[in-house]
Amino acid sequence: MAGSSSLPTRTSLRVVDEVEDVPRRVVARQSTQDLAFTHGVRSVGFLTLVIVSSIGIFLGVQAKPTLQHYGWSFFTEYRWLPNLDTIGIAAAFVGTVEVAIVALAIAFPLSLLSALFVSDWAPAWMRPLLIRLIDLMAAVPGIVFGLWVLLFIQPQATHVAHWLSEYFGWIPLFKVHTDVHYPIWDQAPGFASYEGSAFIAGIAVSMMIFPMATSVMREVFSEAPAGEKEAALALGATRWAMVRTVVLPFGRSGIVGGTMLALGRALGETISVLLIISEAFKIKWNILESGTATISEVIASKYNEATPAQLSALLTAGFVLFLMTLAVNTVAASIVARSRSGAGTEL
Amino acid sequence: MTAPEVVSEDPEDTPAVLADEVEHVRKTRPRTNEDDMTLVGSVLGGLATTWLLYERVLPFSGALGFFVSWYLVFLAFYAGLTAVNRPRAVVVDRVMTSLVIAAPSVVGLALASTVVVTLSHGLPALLHVNFYTHDMSGVRPSDPYTTGGALAALVGTLIEVSIAVAIALPLGVITAIYMSEVGGRGARLVRTIIESMTALPSIVAGLFIYSVFIAHFHMPRCGFAAALALAVMGLPIMARASDVVLRVIPGGLREASYALGAGKFQTVWHVVLPTARPGLATALILGIARMVGETSPLLLTSGASSFLNWNPLHNPMNSLPLYIFNAVKSGVPRNEVRGYAAAVVLLLIVLALFLLARLVARGRNRG
Repeated sequence: MAGSSSLPTRTSLRVVDEVEDVPRRVVARQSTQDLAFTHGVRSVGFLTLVIVSSIGIFLGVQAKPTLQHYGWSFFTEYRWLPNLDTIGIAAAFVGTVEVAIVALAIAFPLSLLSALFVSDWAPAWMRPLLIRLIDLMAAVPGIVFGLWVLLFIQPQATHVAHWLSEYFGWIPLFKVHTDVHYPIWDQAPGFASYEGSAFIAGIAVSMMIFPMATSVMREVFSEAPAGEKEAALALGATRWAMVRTVVLPFGRSGIVGGTMLALGRALGETISVLLIISEAFKIKWNILESGTATISEVIASKYNEATPAQLSALLTAGFVLFLMTLAVNTVAASIVARSRSGAGTEL
Repeated sequence: MTAPEVVSEDPEDTPAVLADEVEHVRKTRPRTNEDDMTLVGSVLGGLATTWLLYERVLPFSGALGFFVSWYLVFLAFYAGLTAVNRPRAVVVDRVMTSLVIAAPSVVGLALASTVVVTLSHGLPALLHVNFYTHDMSGVRPSDPYTTGGALAALVGTLIEVSIAVAIALPLGVITAIYMSEVGGRGARLVRTIIESMTALPSIVAGLFIYSVFIAHFHMPRCGFAAALALAVMGLPIMARASDVVLRVIPGGLREASYALGAGKFQTVWHVVLPTARPGLATALILGIARMVGETSPLLLTSGASSFLNWNPLHNPMNSLPLYIFNAVKSGVPRNEVRGYAAAVVLLLIVLALFLLARLVARGRNRG
């Protein structure tokens, strides 16, 4: 809020006297200090703007030659064969979406229920503790969750994957192209079919996005009007009925917005995915089967041997990824912002 | 009803008499014994039924499946038992309460197991002092834990993050001051762009630095390039976090300052920033914690070295996340353990930063 607007610019005081009183002109002129401050701060602000937007512009400019060279096949080609000049991100695009959706499918119910627990079920003494724990979890490096999944979760998750493919393999999503009834499936050679899949990478990513989704939802839930909550309880509602009729409708935008913010984060997650999946350039809808690729993972694994032309292709892939996260985040931010007043607190 | 007046010569027996007569406040409880018994019965019944069916009758196995089945059977029993003499609303409430309590417990277990797994696997290497005082130069991955260590990576992380913070923090905070204190059309533009750039995936920030500075300007891979990548990634995050903190400073404080005749700079310097300091510090420290753990930009820009390198401008510089990544990818069991040990160190740094943030934030409550 601009301070100068709150200064009176004109006195409207009239003194009834013999002398006709001419209102004194008051000019709000900034001191040298303030001018220097305003201009200095503004120039730094624009410097930041230039730095930050140069990335977007650079990516966009770099994308042009690639798109001219490969045309639409850049988006429809699934193979990544730089030697044959055949490069496309279709497989990585599908993989990115798959990993993100698996991560959301795991993180969304957990986040929603946890946010409700913190805002409406947890006793008062436990609440700040839980909020801090969620913040701390947000600061845990992605690579640590990657290690955890690799060592601890993958052996369990392959059982789940095998079970799902054994009993629900008739759903294309859960099909694994191997003999699922093989008695010693958890040994070589069939076992490799269950490792490094989009499903297992999604577990690691879900741990990364859980804190973000939960804290956005919790913040919105905690702003639910206390009067309406108490009114619901006074009318004899159970706690769940109160939550269902007051908190959830009030927090709907927080639920959608928080989920989408988490989705934006999930799309760009690199290192844990790179650590877990076995890379394969194939459009694959079977999320339980080994081998997939995501855009960020492709960038991390291919930049090293890239010629300038391929580097430009990777930058284009990065640009596509950036546009995806940007679109998701923009929608999410507008949804979350709608639920809050937005204006600063007044004293 | 009032307590009858007791007249007694002996003052000592008065309380005893009173205790018999005085009304006791009944202890109220939101739950009845029946509620508790329903819960306990469902848990035990679920366990017994699951054991019988899962382990003996049906062809299933595995601990994970057992616990999942137990939980589902418990839910069914709990709902069924409640439905016997309670209305439907109570049944739904109890099922939902069970779910709402289960979800954070599952996440808590996952988080705890993350820490325990990392710690227990890194322990063999963590127990040797040389892990903190030596680098990996001349050490083969399969060498025993008494040689080699993560010192180079630790130093690299500290140098790279310090440079990145030195770039991103002042820029971010001043940009936030511009956005929230100076305002205007330009500020709104800056805010829109900054908010959209917080969506920038960190790998893309790394790729940007890689293709501009390393592939195009032929800068060698070094710690400074990594620091730049971290700074580019962290700048929008820090600016945004600071902006959020500054925006909730009550406008009345600023107006009071103007009313006392202070200028804009004086208001920002003497009123807004001191008020925002604890919140600002917390937000910035959490931003730094996120930078410390970021791996993907470093992968592209810093190069991995096994030797200790204090100079960010020359030669590759290792960092903890990169050290972990390379160690785990090496496939040598002993080196993997070193990777887990480095992950513990990384977690400790993040935890230390987090505690620092809490400590700074506590100053706000006291003030």
